[in-house]
Amino acid sequence: MNFQSKRLNKRFVFFRVFVGIFVSTLLISLPVFANINVFTCEPEWKSLVQELGGDKVKVFSATTGLQDPHQVQARPSLISKMRNADLLVCSGTDLEIGWLPLLLRRASNSNIVVNKPGYFLAAEHVRLLGLPKVIDRSQGDVHAAGNPHVHTDPKNIRLIAKALVKRMKMIDPANADYYQQQTDNFLTRWKKAVKKWKKQVKLLKGAKIIVQHASWDYLLNFAKLEQVATIENKPGIPVSSGHLHSLVRQFKHNSADVIIHAAYQNERSSTWLQKRTGIKSITLPFTIGGTENVTDLFSLYDETFRLLSDAVLTENINQSSSNN
Amino acid sequence: MIFSLKNCLLKNYLPKNSLSKNKSVIFGLFTFSLLFSTISSAQEDKTSQEVLKQKSDILIQLKNELQKLQQLQQSYQDKINQLEERLVQAEQAIDSTQDDVSDTQDELETLAIDVSQQGNQKAANTFNPGIGMILNGRWLSYSDDFEYKLPGYFPTEESGPGEQGAQLGESELNLNANVDDKFYASVTLAFGDGVEVEEAYIQTINLDHGINVKAGQFFSGIGYLSGKHSHSDDFANRPLPYEAFLGGGFGDVGLQTTWLAPTELFWESGIELYRGDSFPTSGASNSGNGVWTAFSHLGGDITDAQSWRFGLSYLHADVENRETEEGEVFTGTNKLLIADFVYKWSPDGNRGEQEFKLQGEYFNVNENGFFSGVDNELTNASFERNQSGWYLEGVYRFARQWRVGVRTSALSSDNLSVQFNGTLLDNFGYSPEQHSLMLDWTNSEFSRIRLQVDHNNFDDEQESIWILQYIAAFGAHGAHSF
Repeated sequence: MNFQSKRLNKRFVFFRVFVGIFVSTLLISLPVFANINVFTCEPEWKSLVQELGGDKVKVFSATTGLQDPHQVQARPSLISKMRNADLLVCSGTDLEIGWLPLLLRRASNSNIVVNKPGYFLAAEHVRLLGLPKVIDRSQGDVHAAGNPHVHTDPKNIRLIAKALVKRMKMIDPANADYYQQQTDNFLTRWKKAVKKWKKQVKLLKGAKIIVQHASWDYLLNFAKLEQVATIENKPGIPVSSGHLHSLVRQFKHNSADVIIHAAYQNERSSTWLQKRTGIKSITLPFTIGGTENVTDLFSLYDETFRLLSDAVLTENINQSSSNN
Repeated sequence: MIFSLKNCLLKNYLPKNSLSKNKSVIFGLFTFSLLFSTISSAQEDKTSQEVLKQKSDILIQLKNELQKLQQLQQSYQDKINQLEERLVQAEQAIDSTQDDVSDTQDELETLAIDVSQQGNQKAANTFNPGIGMILNGRWLSYSDDFEYKLPGYFPTEESGPGEQGAQLGESELNLNANVDDKFYASVTLAFGDGVEVEEAYIQTINLDHGINVKAGQFFSGIGYLSGKHSHSDDFANRPLPYEAFLGGGFGDVGLQTTWLAPTELFWESGIELYRGDSFPTSGASNSGNGVWTAFSHLGGDITDAQSWRFGLSYLHADVENRETEEGEVFTGTNKLLIADFVYKWSPDGNRGEQEFKLQGEYFNVNENGFFSGVDNELTNASFERNQSGWYLEGVYRFARQWRVGVRTSALSSDNLSVQFNGTLLDNFGYSPEQHSLMLDWTNSEFSRIRLQVDHNNFDDEQESIWILQYIAAFGAHGAHSF
């Protein structure tokens, strides 16, 4: 009797352990409960939504930092993701014109159509730069509504965050306080970071920059850098050798500080120009995931300004030492 | 006082009757010297004490002064601390003012943006509807005695490469817009010999639950290429099974409903009902419900770099008196099954510089009905046969502007009984094949020039066709469909 009860006890322990493992596996395998499903077009907006939404949001980005957001196709996985979204966050001003309208039509999701809280275009909430004087495709695939790469100015992030949290609160009012709290927390950290970056870029003021593609208007505006030339002078059309040679003539004597291009762009023309003119060419992450160490909005600008400072300041030292 | 006492004492100790005068003199001298020495030492003691006293006074004074200095230092430190504190306060005040200013700036900016964006929206409305024009010209070269004829298959209006030499081809004009909050509409007109309506449909946009309904004239969602406009193809012409079984692609007047499953994996299914006026049907049989189709597509991403789609489709057509130019007539049913797949790869999913696309479709057709030949050689002769066809193509973008592609397509069909020998249905034992090679140069997203050579092996005579093609798009930005 005693022996049997011991055995029973032992079996009971085994049973409890088994149930424990089973339940914990179930708990682990259960999907994280998210209140808002967010479809973002670019990784910078995914990162922002994560900051503002914390664990109450499930975010997907249609592109990575290594992909050209102009070139994306309305591929099947994107259609499915968009069907289940409560909120759409994209750059706007025609950056996604080749694929977003098609995705929206295919997804048939009334949460995320124009004029609904779930349809959020970042560019609508900042002052747009780079409005073309002439809209003519002989000048390349110009963005008629202005430059869409608004995230390259960290001050814009603040404006966009403020507008975005309003939408999130509208879509999920039950967690409005939570989103506001997350946003306040983010903005406090952001303010501190912007102050730091401002101090950092003071040293770069007036630096002469050659850009590969006109993706940097907002960054140049923030850091008070001077864009002296664009390699890809007609967006969407590969640069002609004639234009490259004219750049060499222009910058052989009248030097610029640095040539910049985004991680997803082919650096061929930039490095070619570097060889001919001696102006240093650098790869900037452009967005989250552009380089390995860029994992959120904070590290994006940390890395961007570090790379810019390194290039511009060491360049100046080299120049002054060679002048001596 | 001490010294006098000493003297007295000494005097008292002296014997009354002195021993000698000398002794007393020596003693006196000794006493004097003693006295003198005592006095002089006493005088020295007095001066050293004074010096000490003076020194200690100085020390005390120094101490006092040090204390004063220390006090002074303390007070300065306090003042510095106070100043520092005030500085910090001032900085904080500046900060908070700056914050206030930046908050106000934010608000002002938001207001300004609202105003400016209203302007933008008005500007965007000037592009409503989206108007896009596509020019698709070509130049063809093949030998004069070449006749495009697939033995055993019904010819269609659209089949064949077209005439030799320069051709304007089909220019397309597309207009599209959201009609209102519920509908989107699109019209595509093709300008060739005349004006033809290629597509004209309305489509729901906000039905939710993954449901989409389309009505009007449109290209069917079956297969992979059928739903696409030919200018977005990777080759200048459609592969053989499309030419033979669908007249290049199936489009008709009808109704389409699709449903997109709420799954992570892309899963879309659709059914269509058509009037049945265009190849492979004719005559709008079954009271104008001549064709119905059903299809299902699965798709997804394998990694950031790879995506795929797989589809199964079925088309059921009732054919009533479909007549060829020569006068052959077919009445019956035409059942078509298509399996299609497409796979795409580009490094990190960045399509700009390098991309590979593999695509293929398999067709199986069952024809069952009655055939009447030319000049009544056969009248309503009953037959049933199976035909099949497939194509496989690979296209590789090896530089930003350059792509190269290869394609193979083939057809095969059952042999029919002797009574059909020599008729249109007789395949004479041939299984047509076509091998194509193309190279294209894409200047921008809006223009492309392509050189293609097709090697046709339809029957005993083999023929190569050279095609030089340009495609130019202007107006509204085209869609990047998968």
